[in-house]
Formats: sequence, C-alpha cells, structure tokens
Amino acid sequence: MVETKKSVAPKAPKGHVVVNTERCKGCGFCAQFCPTGVLAMSKGFNLKGYHPPIVADAAKCSGCDLCGMYCPDFAIYGVKNGRKPGGGDL
Amino acid sequence: MSESYEATVTDPVSAPMTCDSNPVEDWLRMDRMPHIWCPGCGIGTSVNCFTRAIEESSLDRKNIAIVSGIGCTGRVAGYLLLDSFHTTHGRALPFATGLKLASPKTKVVVYSGDGDLFAIGGNHFIHAARRNLDMTVLCVNNFNYGMTGGQVAPTTPEFAIASTTPYGSVERPFNLPYLAQSCGAVYVARWTVYHVKQLQRSIREALEKPGFTFIEMVAPCPTLFVRRNRLGDGLAALESYEENAVIKNGADTRECDLGMGGPIVCGKFVDIDRPSYLSNQVAHLRKVLGDRYVMPDAWQGVVE
Ligand SMILES: Cc1ncc(C[n+]2csc(CCOP(=O)(O)OP(=O)(O)O)c2C)c(N)n1
Ligand code: SF4
Ligand code: SF4
Ligand code: SF4
Ligand SMILES: [Mg+2]
Repeated sequence: MVETKKSVAPKAPKGHVVVNTERCKGCGFCAQFCPTGVLAMSKGFNLKGYHPPIVADAAKCSGCDLCGMYCPDFAIYGVKNGRKPGGGDL
Repeated sequence: MSESYEATVTDPVSAPMTCDSNPVEDWLRMDRMPHIWCPGCGIGTSVNCFTRAIEESSLDRKNIAIVSGIGCTGRVAGYLLLDSFHTTHGRALPFATGLKLASPKTKVVVYSGDGDLFAIGGNHFIHAARRNLDMTVLCVNNFNYGMTGGQVAPTTPEFAIASTTPYGSVERPFNLPYLAQSCGAVYVARWTVYHVKQLQRSIREALEKPGFTFIEMVAPCPTLFVRRNRLGDGLAALESYEENAVIKNGADTRECDLGMGGPIVCGKFVDIDRPSYLSNQVAHLRKVLGDRYVMPDAWQGVVE
C-alpha cells in the first residue's frame, strides 16, 4: 500500500543548536547566515546588555554548525543529532 | 516560539562562561576568555576557520606553533591552545624564521594584522616570501590599525577615512596578493570572513603546502574602520562582502586591488612549487661541500 504524505510522521530535526547567551555580543552573524532561518535575535538582553539569538524554529536546524563558524565570540554551535559536537560518532 | 528572551539570573562570576561541549573550546585558552574583541569584529570568525582547518588537516597539533605580532589580531596567539609566541610589533616573521631554522619539524604559522605584517613588518614580509621559508602567513586585513585607534595603514583603501586621515587617505594601498606573489610566495589566496567554508579550505591547503604560503583574510573592524567610514556594523560589513565579492580562482593578482565599495576579488590566485629555503640550502651545501657538509641535528630527517 502506498502511504499518503499526510500519514507520515513529521521528520525529527537533523540537528540542534546550543547558545551560550552570556558569552554572546549580539553581532547577529549567526541569525543572518543560518541557511535555514533557525535563529532570530531576541529583544531581551543578556547580563552584558547584548541581544542574544533565540532558537525561533528548532525543527529546521540541520546541525551544520555554520552559526558556530561565524560566531566571533564562540558563543553558539550546531550539532548533527546522533553526532558529537565537531563531528564523530556518539 | 516566543520572541522575548528570558534573561538568566545566573551570576556570571559564580557561573563562569563555560559551555563544555562547544568544539572550538578544545582549541582555545579558556582561562583567557572572554577575549578583548569588539562585538562583530571579524577576527574571531577567522579563528573559527583556522581551528577547523587544522582539525581536518593532516597536521599534528603538537607540532604547530603560532606566532603573532602586536595588534587586535596579534592577540590570536595568546588565545589559541597551541605553542604560541606573542612577539613584538612587526617582528612576527623574524621570530618565525628563527623558530623554523631551529626546529624545521615545527609547522610555523604567522597570524597577524595588516599593520603588523605590512607597515612596520613589511620588510620582513618581502624577504620571508623571497626566501620561500616554509611557513604559513595568515593576515587579518581590517584596513587599519585596530588596536591603537584606527590609524591609516598601508592597506587603507584610497580616500577611506582613518583617525590620521580625517578627510580620507590619498595613498595608494598595497594589493596584498600581488605583493605576496611578486615577492615569491608559492600559495596566495584571499577570502573574506563572510566566506567561512572557502576560507577554512584555503587555510588547510596553505598549511599542508610546503614553502611560503599566504592568505589575506578581509575582516571588519566595526568599531573603527567600519564606523568611521559609515559602513554600518560588523554584520553590514559581512553583507557588503557577500554582495561585492567576485570569486575568481586563478585571477591575475595585478587586478586584485581593493577600493572603497569596489569588488573584492576572492579565490586562490597562486599555487606553484619552488624549492624552499631549507631544502635549497641543504642541496646547495651538499653540492659545494660534499662530505664536509654537516647537517644541523634538528634538520636531520626533516629537510631533504
Ligand atoms: C614598535 C611599536 N610601534 C608601535 C606600536 C603601537 N601599535 C600597537 S598595535 C599597532 C598596529 C596594529 O594594527 P594591525 O597590525 O593592523 O592589527 P589590528 O589591531 O588591526 O588587528 C601599533 C601601531 C607598538 N606596539 N610597538
Ligand atoms: S554570532 Fe555569536 S556573538 Fe554574534 S549574535 Fe550570534 S551568538 Fe551572539
Ligand atoms: S547549526 Fe546550521 S541550521 Fe542549525 S542554527 Fe546553526 S547555522 Fe542554522
Ligand atoms: S578595534 Fe577593531 S580590530 Fe580591534 S577588536 Fe575592535 S573591532 Fe576588532
Ligand atoms: Mg589591522
């Protein structure tokens, strides 16, 4: 039997992103250059007075770590689900 | 998900800024964090490309030494968890030269600013490239002296404003890839910190190639150069790099000048082979001295 699209369970996200909000300086690189629009900049402040990113659409995260490559403050990174941060099997 | 961010109430002193599993932390001296770089400064982004390039390269991190001069970029040596030398202003290359001669098995990387490498240190650069010393030079070009308040540099584009040129610089800047190629570098590339993946790949290639390899990494100094020239913030600068970049591998370096608002030609421009200083020296001395030539101990088994 051919399954219709509707009956397929929503796919689990391929990855996730971890933000260290207190280390962030609010430059916005991560949110701007995330290829799938996972991140948005918060209107709130961290303790240093910067606006950190928030995860606005976690389901879209591929864990590609492009946000981690852009972040000049080493405050964010992406991980592929089932993999160790930076690659490698769990 | 809610737009607002719930401010954490953790006390930053009792809960220091740790985030155990960020993979880049393996490469950083975490006791030195937070670093001094301003919000949106491109230096940190270049460091991410560098650490990932080493990670995927065939190099053993215990064999890498990083040498910086003085400047905001010069701080990189002090932040990386590698053997590091934070030397005097402009003298990263002389230190690196001595290090390479004494320990040829060490992969020597010079990581410094445009002012450090091309103003006070410009003379060292041309000679290190001419000799084809085995080392990789990574230059963060932010078009000014960041650390000291944004003075004009030999890389400041024509008519750009710096603290010492309030009406705009009237000097012609160095075209760094052309300079490096003319002096004899065997690998020359330019990327901006918008091009993280390409930059990572290029750094890896440069690290793995014997001889004098050079990469110009165009990066924003949002606090000084970008602000003074009314170009917005760091993010606006990266967006302008995305817009203005023209990727042209193998481009004629004579056509890679950078001007205000003009195209930023990026790519790998030079990838040639010629004998490095050390191998040339050994081959020549063997030829003229024959059996009388005694190779220094530290060179044995390393220099062919
Ligand atoms: C002998 C000497 N002269 C001048 C200085 C002052 N000085 C410190 S950093 C710097 C220039 C830094 O510019 P650059 O190398 O482009 O690094 P950036 O801060 O832009 O990353 C200067 C002139 C010094 N420290 N030592
Ligand atoms: S790139 Fe880093 S410092 Fe910039 S906003 Fe994102 S998390 Fe914050
Ligand atoms: S890991 Fe990739 S997809 Fe996920 S937030 Fe970061 S940049 Fe976006
Ligand atoms: S002064 Fe410029 S180069 Fe130095 S840390 Fe600030 S933004 Fe970066
Ligand atoms: Mg500079």
